[in-house]
Amino acid sequence: MIKLLKNLSKKDRFIILVIAALVIFSVFLDLRMPEYMSKITRLVQTEDTTMKDILTAGTHMLLCAVGSMLTIIVIGYFSSLLSANFSKVVRRKIFVKVESFGLAEIKKFKTSSLITRTTNDVTQIEMLLAMGLQLIIKAPVMAIWALYKIIGKSSELSGITAIGVVIIVITNTYIIKKVTPRFEKMQKLTDRINGVTRENLTGIRVIKAFNAERFQEKRFDRVNKDLSTTQLENQKTFAIMEPIMHFVMHFQHLGIYFVGASLITRLGIVDKINLFSNMVVFSSYGMQVIMSFLMLTMIFMVLPRARVSANRINEILDSDISVKDGEFSGETKEKGIVEFKNVSFRYPDADEDLLENISFKVNKGETIAFIGSTGSGKSTLINLIPRLYDVTSGEVLVDNKNVKEYKLRTLNNKIGYISQKPIMFNGSVKENISYGDNGRGKPTNAKIKEAIGVAQAEDFVNKMDNKYDSHIAYGGTNVSGGQKQRLSIARAIARDPEIYIFDDSFSALDYATDAKLRKELKNYTKDATVMIVAQRIGTIMNADKIVVLDKGKCVGIGTHKELLENCEVYKEIALSQLSEEELNHA
Amino acid sequence: MPRPGRMRVNEKVKDFKGTMKKLFRELDKWRVFLILCLLLSSFSALLSTIAPNRLSKVTDVISEGIKPDINRIQTISKEIYSNAMKNYMSYLNLDKDTDIINSDKSNAIVDNNTSALIEGFNKLDDKSKELILKDITIDGVIISVKDQIIFLNIINSMDDSMVTDDLLEMLDKLPESIKILIEPKMNMDKLKHRSLILAIIYILSSIFGYLEARIMAHISTNFTKKIRNNISLKINKLPLKYFDTHETGDVLSRVTNDVDTIGMQMNQSLSSLVASTTLFLGSIVMMFVTNYIMALTAIAASILGFILSFILLKVSQKYFVQRQVELGNINAHIEETFSSHKVVKTYNGEKEALDEFDRINDKLYNCNRKSQFLSGIMQPIMGFVGNFGYVAVCIVGAILVMNNKTSFGTIVAFMIYVRLFTNPLSQIAQSLTGLQATAASAERVFEFLDEDELTDERRLKGFVDKDIAKGNIEFKNVRFGYSDDKVIINDFSAKAKSGEKIAIVGPTGAGKTTMVNLLMKFYEINNGDILIDGVSIKELTRENIHDLFIMVLQDTWLFDGTIRENIKFNKKDLTDEQIWQICKIVGIDHFIKTLPGGLDSDVGDNDTISQGQKQLLTIARGMVKDAPFLILDEATSNVDTRTEELVQKAMDKLMEGRTSFIIAHRLSTIKNADLIIVMNEGEIVEQGTHEELITKKDGFYSKLYNSQFEIN
Repeated sequence: MIKLLKNLSKKDRFIILVIAALVIFSVFLDLRMPEYMSKITRLVQTEDTTMKDILTAGTHMLLCAVGSMLTIIVIGYFSSLLSANFSKVVRRKIFVKVESFGLAEIKKFKTSSLITRTTNDVTQIEMLLAMGLQLIIKAPVMAIWALYKIIGKSSELSGITAIGVVIIVITNTYIIKKVTPRFEKMQKLTDRINGVTRENLTGIRVIKAFNAERFQEKRFDRVNKDLSTTQLENQKTFAIMEPIMHFVMHFQHLGIYFVGASLITRLGIVDKINLFSNMVVFSSYGMQVIMSFLMLTMIFMVLPRARVSANRINEILDSDISVKDGEFSGETKEKGIVEFKNVSFRYPDADEDLLENISFKVNKGETIAFIGSTGSGKSTLINLIPRLYDVTSGEVLVDNKNVKEYKLRTLNNKIGYISQKPIMFNGSVKENISYGDNGRGKPTNAKIKEAIGVAQAEDFVNKMDNKYDSHIAYGGTNVSGGQKQRLSIARAIARDPEIYIFDDSFSALDYATDAKLRKELKNYTKDATVMIVAQRIGTIMNADKIVVLDKGKCVGIGTHKELLENCEVYKEIALSQLSEEELNHA
Repeated sequence: MPRPGRMRVNEKVKDFKGTMKKLFRELDKWRVFLILCLLLSSFSALLSTIAPNRLSKVTDVISEGIKPDINRIQTISKEIYSNAMKNYMSYLNLDKDTDIINSDKSNAIVDNNTSALIEGFNKLDDKSKELILKDITIDGVIISVKDQIIFLNIINSMDDSMVTDDLLEMLDKLPESIKILIEPKMNMDKLKHRSLILAIIYILSSIFGYLEARIMAHISTNFTKKIRNNISLKINKLPLKYFDTHETGDVLSRVTNDVDTIGMQMNQSLSSLVASTTLFLGSIVMMFVTNYIMALTAIAASILGFILSFILLKVSQKYFVQRQVELGNINAHIEETFSSHKVVKTYNGEKEALDEFDRINDKLYNCNRKSQFLSGIMQPIMGFVGNFGYVAVCIVGAILVMNNKTSFGTIVAFMIYVRLFTNPLSQIAQSLTGLQATAASAERVFEFLDEDELTDERRLKGFVDKDIAKGNIEFKNVRFGYSDDKVIINDFSAKAKSGEKIAIVGPTGAGKTTMVNLLMKFYEINNGDILIDGVSIKELTRENIHDLFIMVLQDTWLFDGTIRENIKFNKKDLTDEQIWQICKIVGIDHFIKTLPGGLDSDVGDNDTISQGQKQLLTIARGMVKDAPFLILDEATSNVDTRTEELVQKAMDKLMEGRTSFIIAHRLSTIKNADLIIVMNEGEIVEQGTHEELITKKDGFYSKLYNSQFEIN
């Protein structure tokens, strides 16, 4: 919690000081108010008071009231400024941090949890600041002021006040102890709620097709029940809080009177009177002490949850990034060279290598393809180039430089990566194509048009209502899978990269479009290096080099012809798709 | 990047009252509990009105117990003096016969010459006084001669100009015997009795408060649970169209952030609103009973406050609504960015994403700040109104007293009522702001819940039993467009007979998947009809249709759960043995065995399982289902061809005697189809078997087929 509050800027800290000063002033004004009230009451009760006296006293009281009101409004202004700003800054920090994450970290936290942490958790802390800050300052000021008034007056009566305070402290500690782990659970369950709902939204077609609505609803219901039960448990615990506070407050009052009365009977006349006036003082200031604890109680309603949220946020902010940015941001002499040297890779929590000792090299303008059965590690292999993951051992070199030495921006500027699952952003076609930054400014309209043309997307884009300005819905739900793939290929083309990485990005395209696209791409980017992961022999058989992967190992490198002769795995794959005759025909 | 899709920010102030009405209608289920809460908090408020009065009675007992009995001092002094005078007179050698004087006479002497006698007596020194005086007994207490002299000296040293404190000090010097007599007596019995009543009131009030909080907790958590559940149910009732235009993140925000706000605020606001309103109304009634002019004054003063706060509510409502909207927007953007992480990173899109984030974050900051500030204003204003009311009542009261229209007592009572009256004002203000936040969130939730649902199917009479279905499907002049001006399927007619394998091929965007969506009734056709076993799908419920189909999609959707759960999905009775059998057919048994958890390994939001493996899992999930029709929509596009071959064989076996639709790009897999439908731009351009189509030299299909061998 405190760690997170260190994110407050100098200006914020100054605002806190201002708020503190104003709160003290408002406490002072508030304490004046009862004095005015009793003065007016006395005036009204005295028979020879003139109207003027009452008016004067009334005016004074109203002035004081106006002052108090204005002070509190100003405090409200500053604390809203502070808390809104704090949440803005922290939210941004989380966002920036998550953007710097590699895939490993995203996997660790899970997307749905990252979303809850960036919004819901930040809101919890914002609430604490908005509500709690004034109270946190006001409560001790009031408590100290009240204690100052009663200190050394009567040990017996102080004892009663102390008992009251002790009961409150014990209750609060008990409640916090009980409630905090539940809040932790609650935020986790909020993640789950988010997760299950997200699943339902993304898999709606599958769910409907399987008539699995009720199944999914049950899954939701379970989490929902868990969440509500935990919530209810907590609120039940909180339900004790206020009655106990009031109970303590009232019984302290009564206790002071009762004990005081018994003491009085044993005292001399003068002491009696003194004790009585002490009693009055005690009962009103003891009340103040309890009241200030009551204020803290209100904070305790929010604090445990905020603390849990703060921890969850800190987990993100403190998380080590496995992929560390490099230094190099200059120009390389060579272009378009990718080399793997004895590369092995395994996921952080896996027991076995997913890729084992892979070595190959591809030069400028060449096309290299990767083929292998499902789960052979093709996608993982090419994910190592833009450092979505880092190698476990060995080296990946781009333009004869280890990828780890590059600044990620510089490295990414060389690469046009097209993911397996096409990703579309909510925005226009144009915005989707020109997405990102390649260090050379946004592509021109002509460039975008060209890219769309090469990607064989011109036809359908032209058919859309607003052509390049047509709106693509979130997740690209209003275009088909093949169209999405072509748009995401166009996005890579518009970047003008040295190296294209296609991670099975032709799978949703029919053969004709696939063939045409690759042909035009080759013409368009004569100098670019192309790396293709594919399932279809047809897509890759003309590559300069084909790497055949089997269970994470490289079992053959060569051209189509060479591999057909000397690589059993390749031959099998080829034969599963095309007949002997068709292969020869090619 | 300006995002047109996110410009739907609704900035107008919406219907507060309407939303609250809906909210309370939803709460109707807990009416009994709510009424109970209302009663409890009214009781507790009532007790709060009684308690101060009772407490002042306790104070009275104590303050009575500390006042010395001044009247007693006078009687004592009278007694001592009369005794002294009697002895003094005999000392002055008055008639010895009058040794025993009757009381009447002696009283007369005392009366007649009192001042002279007393003066004389007082002038004597203490020694002479000692000789004259004798011990006396008052109320059983013997007061010695010495004590009498001390007492008389103290009494004589008093004068009218002395202040209370000095007086009390003198009293303290009195001899013990007299002190005993004048000592104030604390009426402990009375005190005990009154304290007990008060204690009972406090205990009852605490118990009521606790019960009320418990019930309220119950209501609010169950209410939010229900709302969350309603949203989840609603998602499955919405037409797919809805999701083409709405963002996942925004819907998510409604489930978490909005429902959260409702739960938290409602719990706090509703009960305190009830309690303070009871207190408020109660004190108004009491004020009217006491004095209507002053009651009107107090009400007039607070009306000012209410007007101010309603203006504030109106002004700030806008920001509360906006705040939740922006929260939804930022959630949507975050969801989009985080789930597109790969592209954002590799395209150096961080800055772009951040710029957009900053844009929304700034907006959120502004409405956050404003809504918070405005809601913070309410309380001090109400506090001021309370004080204002107090002063106003005092002044009006004073005028009334001066004109002899009312008594002091009334004013004093009124002061208490005014405080009781103004205290709840600021609490009401706070609750109102709380309810405001609730309304803003509730509005978004209800907006979602009120979206148009899929057409009601209860009246549909048609039914095709999956166990006896023949398996015929006929498309009759089907026409469809997502909107009227954008036709996707023009005029589609085709027939599939029982047990046939139908392949739909064509370039991307030809409308293949759309056909499947129509067949599954995900979207409703505009014109024409689709018949399943002669029954129009318009007459069949979606549930019935979905029951008839096994569907495997290109989309590799799996939920966050174990492999076993994902394969089983909504089919409950499936043994592990059966699961392994299917896994073997699909060829993922080996892969699953290598995972540390086996069938219990988690799948979902992670990357360790490749797209291809995920697709195999979805195929396994599909194979578990038993139905007369099969749809494979690019079901093997992510799987390598060798595996595909195996899967295909297994499926072919499964498909024997069943009608199947296959959408595929790999034309090799559909060569043996009974009918190949070639589509382009929403129309059927060719139909026939592979052999028939491939022979047409310039045919669409043959071009498509041969393109896979083209050398590029």
